[in-house]
Amino acid sequence: MSSATQEAEELVELGLSVVERARAKGADVAEASVHSGSHLSVKVRMREPELVEEAGSRALGLRVMVGKRVASTYTSDLSEAGRRLLIEDALELAKLSEADEFAGPPDVSELSSASEWADLDTFDETVGRISADEALQRALAGERAAFEYDARITNSEGASFTRARGASALVTSGGFTGSDVGTYASIVVTPVADDEGGKKRRGYHWSASRHYAELEPSEAVGEEAARRTLAQLGAKKLPTQELPVVFDKDAARSILGLLASCVLGGSIWRKSSYLVDRVGTRVASDLVTIVDDPLLVRGPGSRAFDGEGLISRRNVVVQDGRLQTYLLDTYSARKLGLRSTGSASRSPSGGISPSTTNLTLQPGTISRDELVADTKHGLYVTGMMGFGFNAVTGDFSRGASGFLIDDGELGHPVSEVTISLNLDQLLQRIDAVADDVDHRTSIASPTFRVASMTLAGT
Amino acid sequence: MTGRYHAPFSQQGSHAIDADIANRLLRIALEQGGDYADLFFEYSVSGSYAYDEQILKSARRAVSMGLGVRVMKGDATGYAYCEELSFDAMKRAAQTAAQIAAGGQPHSPVGVTLRDLPDRYPVAEESIDVEGAAKKAILERADRAARAADARVIRVDASFAEGVREILVANSLGHMARDRQPMMRFGVRVIAQDGNNRQSGSSGGGGRVGLEYFDDKTPEWHAEQAVKQALIMLDAREAPAGEMDVVLGPGDSGILLHEAVGHGLEADFNRKKTSNYSDRIGQEVASELCTVVDDATLPGSRGSINVDDEGLRPTRSVLIEAGVLRGYMQDRHSADFFNTTPDGHGRRESFRSHPMPRMTNTMLLAGEDDPEDIIRSVSRGVYAKKFGGGQVDISNGDFVFSLTEGYLIEDGKLTAPLKGVNLIGNGPDAMRKVAMLGHDFAVSDGIWTCGKDGQSVPVGVGCPTIKIAAMTVGGTQVGAR
Repeated sequence: MSSATQEAEELVELGLSVVERARAKGADVAEASVHSGSHLSVKVRMREPELVEEAGSRALGLRVMVGKRVASTYTSDLSEAGRRLLIEDALELAKLSEADEFAGPPDVSELSSASEWADLDTFDETVGRISADEALQRALAGERAAFEYDARITNSEGASFTRARGASALVTSGGFTGSDVGTYASIVVTPVADDEGGKKRRGYHWSASRHYAELEPSEAVGEEAARRTLAQLGAKKLPTQELPVVFDKDAARSILGLLASCVLGGSIWRKSSYLVDRVGTRVASDLVTIVDDPLLVRGPGSRAFDGEGLISRRNVVVQDGRLQTYLLDTYSARKLGLRSTGSASRSPSGGISPSTTNLTLQPGTISRDELVADTKHGLYVTGMMGFGFNAVTGDFSRGASGFLIDDGELGHPVSEVTISLNLDQLLQRIDAVADDVDHRTSIASPTFRVASMTLAGT
Repeated sequence: MTGRYHAPFSQQGSHAIDADIANRLLRIALEQGGDYADLFFEYSVSGSYAYDEQILKSARRAVSMGLGVRVMKGDATGYAYCEELSFDAMKRAAQTAAQIAAGGQPHSPVGVTLRDLPDRYPVAEESIDVEGAAKKAILERADRAARAADARVIRVDASFAEGVREILVANSLGHMARDRQPMMRFGVRVIAQDGNNRQSGSSGGGGRVGLEYFDDKTPEWHAEQAVKQALIMLDAREAPAGEMDVVLGPGDSGILLHEAVGHGLEADFNRKKTSNYSDRIGQEVASELCTVVDDATLPGSRGSINVDDEGLRPTRSVLIEAGVLRGYMQDRHSADFFNTTPDGHGRRESFRSHPMPRMTNTMLLAGEDDPEDIIRSVSRGVYAKKFGGGQVDISNGDFVFSLTEGYLIEDGKLTAPLKGVNLIGNGPDAMRKVAMLGHDFAVSDGIWTCGKDGQSVPVGVGCPTIKIAAMTVGGTQVGAR
């Protein structure tokens, strides 16, 4: 991985020079984050190439403090003129902002160094070598598998294949220098089938991985996409009622994503979360344990150090239903009188805020099939729509689609209904957790069941 | 030229691009046999200010610049971009994009000529060039007003975002256009607390306007609206669940149009026959009360543009007329397919992305009913005032959107405020159930951003008061009154 290492070193050099110049211009604190990346994206549709896109890019973010005043700037114009404007603007904006006593980098003693960083195996040299031709062949094979799976697949929104590699560096005047490289390959297939009443049904399936060899075969992705599309044919509404709701792992993951937004330090000190003042209390049923683990090998959200240079660590957020900790960066930790959990994330444009890394609801002991078989009557949710969540109150209501569960078996498909329940109660009513978690996504959950929710339909 | 930020590719810039350079690059782009090519130069500067806990906590600015080259051969697109404007870098991007047509015969582009454009951005001075203190003062005023409004207000966040996007588009049909697109958005969000009950409220607006926007809608006015919403929500009760009449307030509710019908009328989905509006031009797809247009020409609106991102001129497109489907929103490629005139809907997020048919300002035009009569006609239902956002499944038209402010209607009157309301339905079905339309058409204040295929673009929406007979309301209260 010499080319990647070299690229990362160039980014570090660039970062060092910008930090030095910003300091010379009067910044008391200067932090540069430098990114570079390249990607190839192809899309095919109806067995023909539709898009081949290939490009590389670089960008530079700068965050400065003058006294306790903070400003940040970003540019993709790395010319000398572009860099000069980046530094001048940052210092000028810092004059405008007002002193924030909580702002400032972590103490030098907290910073990590290269010898402590775990090797998370997030880079695969072979990903960068995938040619446009090979990418097109992968996408074509995926779409073809969907068409060949069943004659009722009559149309397609296409199949896409993407490969990407990226490098980043963080250099701070507080003495931290670090870099990171990563790769990613993914394939998605989206077939379409005709349904009654002129409606069409679209389903999709995808696979993604840091290492090319771990990507699912295109054919398997295409066939699963076809199955998911066909399964929706003949979907109907259900009457309004209270019933048990099973969230499959994709839907469950988006529920977990809502919880994630409510445990981040920023939403706590801003009092924008229903979980303010809830550490140590019950926030979910005792079947629920949730861990944020940045050290997962080959994980999509893995990182050896956080956005402020602190060493990454595994944080147990919820243990047997009880909230153990919020996820904190240095700023939110100071606001709350706590210590950083190493959860800082720095956006390319320079802002710092806590984030999750690989957040996983830990698997239970029964299989997904056993969980469904154990449900007499209920709704099995595979997809959700809309943005009906209020983090301040936990109120949750979203559109849902999936299947009726009738006597322990999946019955007819369901669409155009909403499911509602405050998230606090929803998590406390989880009465079964399956064992089918996978780590394609940085937020991951197994299938779980909520004992009772309100379904609005006809 | 005044002001600090100008594109290097502008006429007086350090890397000025003229018709000659554009022609040379287009020729390279078509060297492998592509049948169409365009160049999209973009220089975009954005700034933001966050006012929080009574101080201006952070100030940010970002510059993004580059060239996107697109080459098409039939339905296939080759796309590449570069962030450096040296001729070599631009040439490499053109050669990479050209590969989509590899093996074909070179094709000659039509030499480009600069087009005259209308001016739909009534901006006295671009806010990005106004001294920061003026923007800070606006945020302070909003903060002060929100805190003074009620003792239950425990937090206030005010934000100001601004930007200017300078573009130069040249295509192998011979069109070349330069445009400088300003944008501004202001918002205030408050949290009010009463005992253990905490609720938020927000208000905001903007568009392709300057700071004179605040002459009409003062920061204090927005602060009062946000506080009012949070306080109303403190008294809100659980929403009913099930089918009932729904009345949508004017302006903001246009987001329903955007989701329920707008996306399904974007021509790419119809060219591919993956929309539930495919092959339905000339058919009745909505109640005869409904006329829906997409209009890029509204002065100052967030969705308005002088030229689209393919160098074509946007117009006012009639999509549905008295309930009958008249046309789709076209970009150049889909217009070729449908053998019609492109109407300037080819938009893209940035030089890093290829254009697609997108909405600009999507509006349901006014009807004749008195808004009061519309509410009076409902015995039990929901009144939707403010929206958080929505989503649609294009293939079947099913949509969901969530309210941030809604009320129960009982016996023709607005009674209790409701929390956690979601409306779910099907686009064509909901449009057929439009039973009354108010004469109170309004355009929503500029806050909306539309996402499609991972690309975000600013849009506008507008509508009058609308009554939809029977929609599913997703609350928690089954059978409750």
